[in-house]
Amino acid sequence: MANYFQPEIECAPLEKIRALQNELLPAQVRRVWENVPYYRKKLEAHGVTPDDIKSIDDLHKLPFMSKADLRDAYPYGLLAVPLSDCVRIQSTSGTTGKRVVAFYTQSDIDLWNDCTARAIVAAGGTRDDVCQVSYGYGLFTGGPGLDGGSHKVGCLTIPTSSGNTERQIMFILDLQATILCCTPSYAAYIGETLKEKGYKPEDIPLKVGIFGAEAWSEEMRRDIEQTLGIKAYDIYGLTEISGPGVAFECSAQQGMHINEDHFLPEIIDPNTGEVLPEGTQGELVFTSLDKKAFPLIRYRTRDICTLTREKCSCGRTHVRMTKPKGRSDDMLKIRGVNVFPSQIETVLMNNGYAANYQILVGRVNNTDTFEVKVEMTPDMFTDNVGEVQARRKVLEDGLRSMLGIKAKVTLVAPKSITRSEGKAVRVIDTRKI
Amino acid sequence: MSVNQVSVFLENKAGTLNKLTEVLATNKINIRALSLAETSEFGIVRMLVNDVFEATNVLKENNFVATLTPVLAYAIADEAGDLNNLLQKFTAANVNIEYMYAFAGKERAYMIFRVNDTKKAEALLKSHGLNSLTQEEISAV
Repeated sequence: MANYFQPEIECAPLEKIRALQNELLPAQVRRVWENVPYYRKKLEAHGVTPDDIKSIDDLHKLPFMSKADLRDAYPYGLLAVPLSDCVRIQSTSGTTGKRVVAFYTQSDIDLWNDCTARAIVAAGGTRDDVCQVSYGYGLFTGGPGLDGGSHKVGCLTIPTSSGNTERQIMFILDLQATILCCTPSYAAYIGETLKEKGYKPEDIPLKVGIFGAEAWSEEMRRDIEQTLGIKAYDIYGLTEISGPGVAFECSAQQGMHINEDHFLPEIIDPNTGEVLPEGTQGELVFTSLDKKAFPLIRYRTRDICTLTREKCSCGRTHVRMTKPKGRSDDMLKIRGVNVFPSQIETVLMNNGYAANYQILVGRVNNTDTFEVKVEMTPDMFTDNVGEVQARRKVLEDGLRSMLGIKAKVTLVAPKSITRSEGKAVRVIDTRKI
Repeated sequence: MSVNQVSVFLENKAGTLNKLTEVLATNKINIRALSLAETSEFGIVRMLVNDVFEATNVLKENNFVATLTPVLAYAIADEAGDLNNLLQKFTAANVNIEYMYAFAGKERAYMIFRVNDTKKAEALLKSHGLNSLTQEEISAV
């Protein structure tokens, strides 16, 4: 099975990949030095010039970049091409800090779409497939990323975006969608809804799912695969580097292949910044080798994972990363379970509500208390107490199935959640640990 | 004709009902009838006001979640036994009441009912000789 979109590079021998990286990195460093005053200042402060970077062996000489750099340089400070060469921005949700605004030239978009096309083809997608993209479209990279890849592969693309589950199901069934792209939690929700309606896995035309943009477990994968009767593939990415498709799972499902002809990965010790050898767990760092508009050099993702170059049975030669354990700085550990605010957001959004919430964690008698305040919306409200309670219960059940632990949902008045500098304070942790 | 009731979400804590009345007072909106349903965590205020449109606007502006609910209003004699007479007709028409509240005027008493299917219930009750009050009639009380 030749499930490759660009076999000449996806299966290239390591020497060929290295040669390409050795050619691209020095050129990219020189380009940002010449075009981005912010980078030049940063490199100068670090005592490095483009002359010091002759190959990827010199990568470690370059300074790291972090979210703080993106914040300092917001909005145009890291732009490496004239603004008139840019054709698109994408942006993050901004739940853990200032929004990231990333710029793209047309060639950046093409490169990104190639990456998601590789992911779709690796999952078995062809031009004969009907690919439903139920990731959100808009500023979020999920929808536009998979949409572009689906077009490149030549699938019939159904751009449903996220939400309106009834309509999602109608299109899956009526147009015989064979590929579903969305967040794993939304896939689980679509699956549950189909099950409640009495559809068995064999009644559902879907064959494959490509799920990413949030942390999910192997248990969740198995659940989704059983309910929808599909094979579920993981996809990884981040807006700062391009979006989904930075890495993707192949049929072997032993980690995700990083598209290292575009994105050069490293694993570092998150405390010391020291580069760690292959096979060691640490923080994932990316250097964008050929993006034009918004090329980040040694960007710290805060994702914790491991890299391996062991031969993969799928035939691809690109390095593989393990599923990240989650971003280090926004994770909460409640009753021993990892909880990400984004998961709570997903539950709210899957139920059609705005993500206006606050997580309160405390400790009573050595047990963590876990409460989620949700701002009441006109959609959620009726004059009937029982009905409002039932809707609250649906959210509690949704959180329980998403997180595996029980959360108490409290409905609060609109705009009552504390906001600082216009942004809601998402987590209040009063535990004294 | 059904009457528009304004239903408002309130957190169950001190001062929230007062905040609501303050908004209404500032905007010179008169409450004609009010009932409050509560759970341990939140409450729902249900009320009839003299200016429904203005009330919903100012509540929204002040970050209250409010919705309009159709309710049926009937006038009865303010004397022993007349609510019983009224409800016998509900029973005869097989109309189930979700909740109700009441207020007494100078000459008559007014009963407000929330039912499941307002239009259907109104027609059934009419066939039993009951005429519900219009928004204008209830405002003029």
